[in-house]
Amino acid sequence: MMALEFSWIRPEPHGIHIVPADVWVDPSRPVARALVTHGHADHARGGHGETIATPATLAIMELRYNTRDGAVSVHYGESIALGGGVSATFVPAGHVLGSAQVLLEHAGERVVVTGDYKRRADPTCAPFEVTACDIFITEATFGLPVFTHPPIAQEIGKLRDRLAAEPDRCVLVGAYALGKAQRVIAELRAAGHHEPIYLHGAMEKMCRLYEDFGVALGELRLVSDAKKDAMRGQVAVCPPSALNDRWSRRLPDPVTAMASGWMRVRQRARQRGVELPLVISDHADWTELTTTIAEVNPAESWITHGREEALLRWCQLNQRRARALALVGYEDEDD
Amino acid sequence: MQRFAALVDALTYTTGRNAKLALLAHYLRETPDPDRGWALAALTDGLDFPAVKASTIRNLMAERVDPLLWTLSRDFVGDTAETASLLWPEAPGDDAVTPPTVSQVVEMLGNMTRATVMSELPKLLDRLDANGRYALIKLATGAMRIGISARLAKTAFAQAFDVPVDEVEEYWHGLQPPYAPLFAWASGAAPAPDLAELPTFRPFMLAHPLEDGAVVDLADYAAEWKWDGIRVQLVRAGEETRVFSRSGDDISASFPDLADALPFPAVLDGELLVRGSHQGGEDGGAASFNALQQRLGRKSVSKKMLADCPAFLRLYDVLLLRGEDLRELPWSARRARLEALMGVLPDRRFDLSQLVEARDFAHLAQLREQARDAAIEGLMLKRRDSPYVAGRRTGLWYKWKRDPLLVDCVLMYAQRGSGKRSSFYSDFTFGCWDGDPEQGAELLPVGKAYFGFTDEELKQLDRHVRQHTVNRFGPVRETDKSLVFEVAFDSVHASKRHKSGLAMRFPRIHRIRWDKPAHEADRIAALAALVRD
Repeated sequence: MMALEFSWIRPEPHGIHIVPADVWVDPSRPVARALVTHGHADHARGGHGETIATPATLAIMELRYNTRDGAVSVHYGESIALGGGVSATFVPAGHVLGSAQVLLEHAGERVVVTGDYKRRADPTCAPFEVTACDIFITEATFGLPVFTHPPIAQEIGKLRDRLAAEPDRCVLVGAYALGKAQRVIAELRAAGHHEPIYLHGAMEKMCRLYEDFGVALGELRLVSDAKKDAMRGQVAVCPPSALNDRWSRRLPDPVTAMASGWMRVRQRARQRGVELPLVISDHADWTELTTTIAEVNPAESWITHGREEALLRWCQLNQRRARALALVGYEDEDD
Repeated sequence: MQRFAALVDALTYTTGRNAKLALLAHYLRETPDPDRGWALAALTDGLDFPAVKASTIRNLMAERVDPLLWTLSRDFVGDTAETASLLWPEAPGDDAVTPPTVSQVVEMLGNMTRATVMSELPKLLDRLDANGRYALIKLATGAMRIGISARLAKTAFAQAFDVPVDEVEEYWHGLQPPYAPLFAWASGAAPAPDLAELPTFRPFMLAHPLEDGAVVDLADYAAEWKWDGIRVQLVRAGEETRVFSRSGDDISASFPDLADALPFPAVLDGELLVRGSHQGGEDGGAASFNALQQRLGRKSVSKKMLADCPAFLRLYDVLLLRGEDLRELPWSARRARLEALMGVLPDRRFDLSQLVEARDFAHLAQLREQARDAAIEGLMLKRRDSPYVAGRRTGLWYKWKRDPLLVDCVLMYAQRGSGKRSSFYSDFTFGCWDGDPEQGAELLPVGKAYFGFTDEELKQLDRHVRQHTVNRFGPVRETDKSLVFEVAFDSVHASKRHKSGLAMRFPRIHRIRWDKPAHEADRIAALAALVRD
């Protein structure tokens, strides 16, 4: 099949280039003008001249990079003229707080860049919206048919069962500091867990930011302020990198848990020394990726960062035009 | 089956030995017969279902999943059973299905034939969730690999019922799954099983490596060659003779030459070797391990094979003799009984592992260095007053292996590992130069190794492979051949299977020579000079 050639939008190794406006989507190096889909560090790098993003994403970037210089705030559903006859509309992606797909329009042609997304309900962010387009540029982090994320209630249930089974230990959940941590906390609350939840220091500010944007997380305490015995039978949350760090020794015999889509694969959990794998992901699983392509029904799908090959194959098998883009710099080992 | 699947999962994610023991012991106590017996057999590779092979699983999946999607998934997950368990299409929303018990699973698997397996196995898989399917496939194909050694399982059993582990081990091998008499004895419901008339395996006595620089007094210890064959136990009881490997596997079928060799009831410990005429050392002595390998793992053995590579046993010890248990006697007394037996055992099938006489330890070290027989792996040091006890007991027996041979090779290809190393490039093929690299010589593969490095080094090697890939062939990456490994190996043999004409035994990465340029690696000729057969 011939690939569609939209001369105005070009995938380059370090990002997607909107040529007539000279704007880049999630560029992996500093540029004059950037559209940023969400606040994860691999998508939202610092140092751009102008950064166009949702208010929450800009707040997250400010927290990370300590500057609001060049920030251009665009709400969900709002359109902005980028110049060169290109307009951009931010549409919720359901990935983390503030995450957006970007709908780009030029001369009657429509391109959607999903950034990272998921289709499952998430109490901490606005849900994904299906947007019709000609070219659908989709992520493929979990683009293998072995990845089917179970319902989150089941995984939260596993966590709570473990707390009950080992009341003298605490369960230490490794979770991405932006998004995953807050979602796990919010889901625990929704499941009726009203005890204080203990945080690694690196997560505190992000949790406060979520609360400022109206996401209730209940009583949060810092591990560093707590007595060891007080944390028995409780949940603590830390970044994945702190799981096996010396830091975790201040906890009472912690059960090492990790909330990640990769936990679906046993050896991934074992490699990280995880005792309690929780298959919780903020990315679309295989079923979500494929049904989304079917629902959006674009003329062509462009597949980026992740396991492009398998999703490309699915498109072939289903007579859908698709190509894989080789973008650099997106890594999501901790999802 | 869900309980068993949950146990398998819990064991997978538990790293500590004590925690594993506790999990297993709890399962064995709380699960009814015969499920627990079958589970125990499954965890210790004691079950065999000839109709179900790894290829059966692949074929079942090929009927259901696109081959490319399967390959990509399998490559990422690193385990066929797990990939299949995740990709198995679930019957939508049918909650009414009852999962089978372990016993039902064992019975159904046992009834499957090659003709029926493709239609019957799916019915079982349809009744289970992903974790259940994983446990089922592992159980059916017989490769659990979740860090449960037979020894660990026996220890857990002993712990669960508070009985001595040595007794568990001995009865265990005399019984068949699901080990009902074993559970009955352990829980106090029945007397100990009687093994006198059964040709059963007795746990081997093993040795600790002699630490570098350690010295033992030869007045207390006897020295004996350590032969490079396979350690076996030959058992005759109740008119039947069996050959057991180190792990307690019955390998009698591969060695019919030994079936009638033992003329009286006994349990003997020795090294299984095949005769080779071209060996150093005594006439009609042992051939290299290479020759023995021709005989291993065969279900039936041709007459030609029996004539060309006749097996014999080089005896180390005697455990039981005509109904008398000698294991409590000191080694020196058992040795005397063994030597007395040599007159009545047929020469063709038995000889005695000779003691090595040395003036003192320094002299012994010298003899070890000088040993050039390819069938000698090193020395054994046995305490003269040691009883024959199961397992490794500190201070009783030591093995003192010959120093390994070393050669510098260049990394050529790498493949992702399985299991714990899935997604890491951890299987390495390396080569030596077929001439002068300055004059355009090429590398020829001489071996493959997947251990000998630390986890940290593995990460560095993985990174090296990813950054130095010049070609991909499916799961294999060809590297730019810039990295030198110092490879240790026990011996090297002529081989027609490899282009280099050489095959190493037991190669492992000894050191990674990040510092050494590839053209300074060794040549094939240097390796060929180390061939002894």
